[in-house]
Amino acid sequence: MKVSLFITCLADSMFPEVGESVVRILHRLGCKIDFPEAQTCCGQPAYNSGYLRETRDVALTLLDAFEESEYVVTPSGSCAGMIRHAYPDLFAHDPVLSSRVVRLAEKTFEFSQFLVDVLGVTDLGAELHARVTYHPSCHAMRLTGVQEQPEILLKHVKGLVYTELPNKMECCGFGGTFSVKMGDISAAMVTDKVNQVVQTQADILTGTDMGCLMNIQGRLRREGHAIEVMHLAQLLAKGMKL
Amino acid sequence: MSAERSTIKERAKEALKDDYLRGAVKSTTDRLRTNKLASQEALGNWEWWRERGRQIRAHVVANLDYYLSQLAENVRQNGGHIYFCETGHEAVKQVIEIAKRVKARSVVKSKSMVSEELHLNHALEQEGIEAVETDLGEYIIQLAKEGPSHIIAPSIHKNRHQVAELFAETDGKEFIPSDTQTLTAFARAKLREKFMTGEIGVTGCNFAIAETGSVCLFTNEGNGRMVTSLPKVHIAIMGMERILPTVEDLEVMMNLLPRAGTGQKLTSYVSIITGPRKSGEVDGPEEFHLLVVDNGRSEILEDEDFRQVLHCIRCGACLNVCPVYRQIGGHAYGWVYPGPIGAVITPLLNERNDQYQDLPYASSLCAACYEACPVKIPLHDLLVKLRARNVEKGRTSRWEKLSFRMYRHAFRSPKRYRVAIRLASRLQKPFLRHGFIQAQLPILNGWTGARDLRGFSGESFRDRWKTLQNVLEKDKG
Repeated sequence: MKVSLFITCLADSMFPEVGESVVRILHRLGCKIDFPEAQTCCGQPAYNSGYLRETRDVALTLLDAFEESEYVVTPSGSCAGMIRHAYPDLFAHDPVLSSRVVRLAEKTFEFSQFLVDVLGVTDLGAELHARVTYHPSCHAMRLTGVQEQPEILLKHVKGLVYTELPNKMECCGFGGTFSVKMGDISAAMVTDKVNQVVQTQADILTGTDMGCLMNIQGRLRREGHAIEVMHLAQLLAKGMKL
Repeated sequence: MSAERSTIKERAKEALKDDYLRGAVKSTTDRLRTNKLASQEALGNWEWWRERGRQIRAHVVANLDYYLSQLAENVRQNGGHIYFCETGHEAVKQVIEIAKRVKARSVVKSKSMVSEELHLNHALEQEGIEAVETDLGEYIIQLAKEGPSHIIAPSIHKNRHQVAELFAETDGKEFIPSDTQTLTAFARAKLREKFMTGEIGVTGCNFAIAETGSVCLFTNEGNGRMVTSLPKVHIAIMGMERILPTVEDLEVMMNLLPRAGTGQKLTSYVSIITGPRKSGEVDGPEEFHLLVVDNGRSEILEDEDFRQVLHCIRCGACLNVCPVYRQIGGHAYGWVYPGPIGAVITPLLNERNDQYQDLPYASSLCAACYEACPVKIPLHDLLVKLRARNVEKGRTSRWEKLSFRMYRHAFRSPKRYRVAIRLASRLQKPFLRHGFIQAQLPILNGWTGARDLRGFSGESFRDRWKTLQNVLEKDKG
């Protein structure tokens, strides 16, 4: 199967190891992978701030980059949600762009969703002896339809003790520019989230979106907790010894 | 802090310091949302009910003219009076006119968010007419001289100890025990006197039913029944969109509203009131007046982008799940309607008032509000649309505009993007310690005040890609 990677600007510039894990796992599963270098960002920072013209211009870059792709896979539920949920609305006024956008939306999947729903893989043969908790990101859950897929993958990892995060459906307070613009409210939200993560006594916190994980990790570090934070792909790759 | 001049950011900062408030709001919303989930599960097929609710509301809002005139005709036929009030001021004037005509000295009220919107109590008091709130939560905040901080649980921000102190103070006593039985008994005794002497009963209207000309009230304390049957005049006030075509439609809402709001299968009292007392009937008012308030709603109706917000049935479910509301409570929103629905409806109803236009930023856009909404209003999308309107109207800062212009310039071209992230990675070096920035940076202090900031990686994924490809090739061989 041919898979194009949409690595996202955040993973590209700050967490290249996440992209690398995605590549190694998909390669192990026999996918033929390409990375269209013309990609930059899904446009979310501008979109969430209401700068729709700017968003469209950046989105067009992405649209061009993945024109020929068969499947687009991304390690971010939020960026997948942007493409699937917001793009159709952003380009609704233009019939040509609109149909291109719908095609892109239909072939774009979040990483765990692609593994479970498209490839039909639930057991990667991974083994990891650790206590793990999982934060389901809001956009992955509510805009992209990532529901039980990550937990299914985790529960098949040998030796892994899965502990559910209390109040897991509540936002961690990232929200892109929200975390800077409304810093105090966001800080209160992430503090609650960190308390809950600590309660699970997990060694590792995982998720499907580096935005949220970066936020929670930033607070965990500030409070001096030793809990490791890693993207689901990193955790699985580690368990698969890739 | 004066709510009039401050920003949502400043009001939130104040609220975040109030541990009592945050504790009370969190524990009550926890309870409400847990109950909601249980009761929607008990109903079965919640999504089907939700979709029906959405369709009914969309149909009404799309045909509002028709249903309003049908309602008016039927109210008149039942012997009631109906008034269409374009502004809040007009509505207040109408109530005062009625009160003066019947020489009323005291008004008893059942909970109504629209009357909060009109500041009706204040206006009545200025005319020398006493207005008493009879819903327990409303009674509490009236004594505290505050506005509601939740749509269906107006005193959610107060715990019972604070309520006991307030009651004691009102009664000139030193101490009242803070157990709920004593507190409700205290309120009941006080309010009974008021019910007996009130000359006018003012209520809100959960839904008006066009085909019968009735108003329907959902209450849990029975106070709504007292207010609508004891005084000789009943005035109901409704937002112009709070209408349903038929009694069958009410059945859907009776399932949706209480479940979404409090997790009840049904509220304790559902009253359907159709006109004043008829000959041969033993109770009910001699006069029935229905005020249909526009107060900015027809402008929203004309705006395709935002029309859906008029579907709202004021259940408060979006507040209970909103992580921002749960941290800061309702007063921080600065006007009558708090939470996600408030962040959307307040700037719209106060379109010409710049003061409320920062509310749409008080959201992380997590979409929990949309998920909770029993009539599927996409509040998260409407929040983005409001932000876009602020950009269009030039309400955003020069710094922000410049940032997004730069973002667009850099991120629409892969080449410039690459240069930008390399440059950022170089510029951050003096601040970086073990891959994180801990120092307070002026532009980012919203973030760095409470958390470390991960720095840019020295080598981006695209830098690694070529090497990675070679490794994979070998792996294959």
